[in-house]
Amino acid sequence: MIKKFDKKDEESGSGSNPFQHLEKSAVLQEARIFNETPINPRRCLHILTKIIYLLNQGEHFGTTEATEAFFAMTRLFQSNDQTLRRMCYLTIKEMANISEDVIIVTSSLTKDMTGKDDVYRGPAIRALCRITDTTMLQAIERYMKQAIVDKVPSVSSSALVSSLHMVKMSFDVVKRWVNEAQEAASSDNIMVQYHALGLLYHLRKNDRLAVTKMLNKFTKSGLKSPFAYCMMIRIASKLLEETEGGHDSPLFDFIESCLRNKHEMVVYEAASAIVHMPNCTARELAPAVSVLQLFCSSPKAALRYAAVRTLNKVAMKHPSAVTACNLDLENLITDSNRSIATLAITTLLKTGSESSVDRLMKQISSFVSEISDEFKVVVVQAISALCQKYPRKHSVMMNFLSNMLRDDGGFEYKRAIVDCIISIIEENPESKETGLAHLCEFIEDCEHTVLATKILHLLGKEGPRTPTPSKYIRFIFNRVVLESEAVRAAAVSALAKFGAQNDDLLPSVLVLMKRCMMDSDDEVRDRATFYMNVLQQKQKALNAAYIFNGLSVSVPGLEKSLHQYTLEPSEKPFDMKTVPLATAPITEQKTEIAPVATSKLPEKLAPSRQDIYQEQLAVIPEFQGLGLLFKSSEPVQLTEAETEYVVRCIKHTFANHMIFQFDCTNTLNDQLLQRVLVQMEPSEAYEVLHYVPAPSLPYNQPGSCYSLVRLPEDDPTAVSCTFSCTMKYLVRDCDPNTGEPDDDGYDDEYVLEDLEVTVADHIQKVLKPNFGAAWEEIGDENEKEETFALATVRTLDEAVNNIISFLGMQPCERSDKVPENKNSHVLFLAGVFRGGHDVLVRSRLALADGVTMQVTVRSTDENVVDVILASVG
Amino acid sequence: MDSAALEPSLYTVKAVFILDNDGNRLLSKYYDPELYPSMKEQKNFETNVFNKTHKADNEIAFLEGMTIVYKSSIDLFFYVVGSAQENELMLMAVLNCLFESLSQMLRKNVEKRTLLDNMDGVFLVVDEIIDGGVILESDPQQVIEKVNYRADDNPLSEQSVVQVLQSAKEQIKWSILK
Repeated sequence: MIKKFDKKDEESGSGSNPFQHLEKSAVLQEARIFNETPINPRRCLHILTKIIYLLNQGEHFGTTEATEAFFAMTRLFQSNDQTLRRMCYLTIKEMANISEDVIIVTSSLTKDMTGKDDVYRGPAIRALCRITDTTMLQAIERYMKQAIVDKVPSVSSSALVSSLHMVKMSFDVVKRWVNEAQEAASSDNIMVQYHALGLLYHLRKNDRLAVTKMLNKFTKSGLKSPFAYCMMIRIASKLLEETEGGHDSPLFDFIESCLRNKHEMVVYEAASAIVHMPNCTARELAPAVSVLQLFCSSPKAALRYAAVRTLNKVAMKHPSAVTACNLDLENLITDSNRSIATLAITTLLKTGSESSVDRLMKQISSFVSEISDEFKVVVVQAISALCQKYPRKHSVMMNFLSNMLRDDGGFEYKRAIVDCIISIIEENPESKETGLAHLCEFIEDCEHTVLATKILHLLGKEGPRTPTPSKYIRFIFNRVVLESEAVRAAAVSALAKFGAQNDDLLPSVLVLMKRCMMDSDDEVRDRATFYMNVLQQKQKALNAAYIFNGLSVSVPGLEKSLHQYTLEPSEKPFDMKTVPLATAPITEQKTEIAPVATSKLPEKLAPSRQDIYQEQLAVIPEFQGLGLLFKSSEPVQLTEAETEYVVRCIKHTFANHMIFQFDCTNTLNDQLLQRVLVQMEPSEAYEVLHYVPAPSLPYNQPGSCYSLVRLPEDDPTAVSCTFSCTMKYLVRDCDPNTGEPDDDGYDDEYVLEDLEVTVADHIQKVLKPNFGAAWEEIGDENEKEETFALATVRTLDEAVNNIISFLGMQPCERSDKVPENKNSHVLFLAGVFRGGHDVLVRSRLALADGVTMQVTVRSTDENVVDVILASVG
Repeated sequence: MDSAALEPSLYTVKAVFILDNDGNRLLSKYYDPELYPSMKEQKNFETNVFNKTHKADNEIAFLEGMTIVYKSSIDLFFYVVGSAQENELMLMAVLNCLFESLSQMLRKNVEKRTLLDNMDGVFLVVDEIIDGGVILESDPQQVIEKVNYRADDNPLSEQSVVQVLQSAKEQIKWSILK
């Protein structure tokens, strides 16, 4: 009785939300009336709604109480109230993961699913599939098959979508329903068509041939559902990408024809698919761009947004293709939706002329504070791209960026700005001082440790080489006084670099160092003490080795080597040369914001690719005792892409040996290959010691076989060699469906392309942040110099790229970039030769008719110098 | 912002939610278990979205790497969330269907009080439009037919005379007992 009054109060006297002050325990108490006879549908309905509402609000239900409520709810199946029954289905779905023994309702749901009442059938199927597991699925399989082809659309759709959800759980069972799904795909109902297409694709997506057939069928018969069309466009463009099909293929024609569909959704999907295709020509883009142009003036904000966002993408790769839309984009820069306005402006920045930059920047700064961080990052990226395009504009940009840096914003946003400023500094030497000044100001009040350390590192690198290095000292020392441990440690390292580079600052730096030695943090103190002692020696070589150019070994590798050393105590001191080198970070120069290579920060503790190979090779008994893996090459393809067998090779270099790892894939589904190995015939004095075959290669499962080769010992200059390779194996024919092989097989072989070993395979890239210091450190003991004429090379850029890829060494001091309109250039390369010998190359290039190149090589080992000069010649 | 093309899939909708004009959650469903798995992350996301969208009726926004289409009505805000690469117009179709269906069901009174009074119907409508992230139906007329729900204006009319008498009797009893 009291309960009843509570409820009355709630319904009439509460404020705006009748569910506001719901108590879980009270609601569960109320749920007891589920057990009353006769059932009162209205009240039960209200209580079920409350339970679902609570679950939706994130209220936690314990297993026991949930199970209790769930079992009480099952009684409500006796009522025939439609809404109540539907709410029961919802409750089942919501509680499927919370309550125990939910399968108790299986029979009730099966009854509803197969009953006469169409209103119940679809929802019942969906609820049932939610609580079913693989074993129970077999029991309802018959009903599911019937439901998929049911003529009532809601039933068929429900069955198809539920099947799709269950593909993840029991692929094998759902796979058997493919014929039914096929039948449903030809339904007149647009949603059934869409769902059937989706299910069919998920079942067949690993079978490219079947997908192609399916696409052909549907493109011919035509579909009614715009959703289905969008799905087809996505499938088609994925297929195009995988098969690298040319743009004359029927798939491309299909996508292009969708540009004339009557639904905007389909037209947009097609345009977006074309825009995202790799290597699309301007002519192929044109129709897509023109429909997007039309959308720009749509009254629907979502359509304008979609269009301008896609145009923004096009502008990154093909700015000229978007120029036609400039007028429409101009109209959008005052759009009330700031996202649209931002995208329009950033697109215009990419396509417009240099003269419009100032105007656009003014426009965007008027509302930059209103847009979300995501779009601010887009703006910063646009600015970064702009600086590369119009280097003269960097002062405008730098001002704008420093203003943005002062505004509020999240970490991603600030990082984008800092990266952008750093890349401007590196591109334009004349902007260095203003840029560093802005960054100095920023770290005065910077809450992000990562950014502060990054900037300090940059200051240490660039600051000492500016005309007035002393002005940065104050900013750096302020960090030592005010910041957290990580930042203080970074500041100490930066200070040391000033001391090492500038003799007149050294006394003051030493004073500051002394103060840092009293820091409360261990790391800071250790660094200060270390640098203090190095600096006091006043030796250039020491400075180079320990202050400018840090360790170039891989951190996990060092850890492993040290651990090994402690396990086997010996009289010999630990040798740093035995530690594998860190694979130099590959800096992609073309990316919007060039990631700055920071070899000093111990950020990348995750095992590198090379560390993974090292472990893989170490477990093969034949390869014991080879020492440490020195270098692993990028994979080299030894077959064409679309052949029976696909083989690629990775070359692993050790101190005196090489291992060739052949990753083979068998693309024939009616063959099983066994005892696969690649026989190698060397052209030089290389000796093949061992073959480790791959035991078996089933269809589409990659496997690896290895060959171990000894490098010629008597002739250290023999670094290049050509191997002719043949793959040998035992073929057993098998049934394509079951993979069951025949009993007997036959030997066969397959000729692969030749494999080259070049000087680059013997050299590991190492980044020397301060090349000059490293150059002095090695000294001219083993220096050799030679001049070459490169007759076939026409530009300095080409020459630089050729040398880098030929020697496989790391360009330092950004010398891989040739400034425009220059006819001479100096390239600095650093690396470590097999065996742990440092090697540096300075190459002076002059452009006349061809390119003349003077190469100077320094190394700790004389042979290495000869090897390099011999291979260049 | 994004680069990879979309894997063809029917899983279009990542989340859908309805908030009131203070940003409180009235209903919300997350369909991708990897997206905001905990309640705290979900509520943070909703607050962030609400703060960025409730002032201007802009229809579409891009936040936390998600495309969000939205619509407001009196004191309610409706949101549909999809991945960054998703076709914005598909999400709009879902949002429009949701709004139109509710508008029909609530006889054009799309405001908080009516919505809450018919919360069971709202749950059912959402369930008919999206199933586990897949668009189940996009035609509001079909949705209304499938849900077959009658919003009641006057709750009293439903109660039988006997029930009214019964409750009157109890109230009198109660007042006497007091």
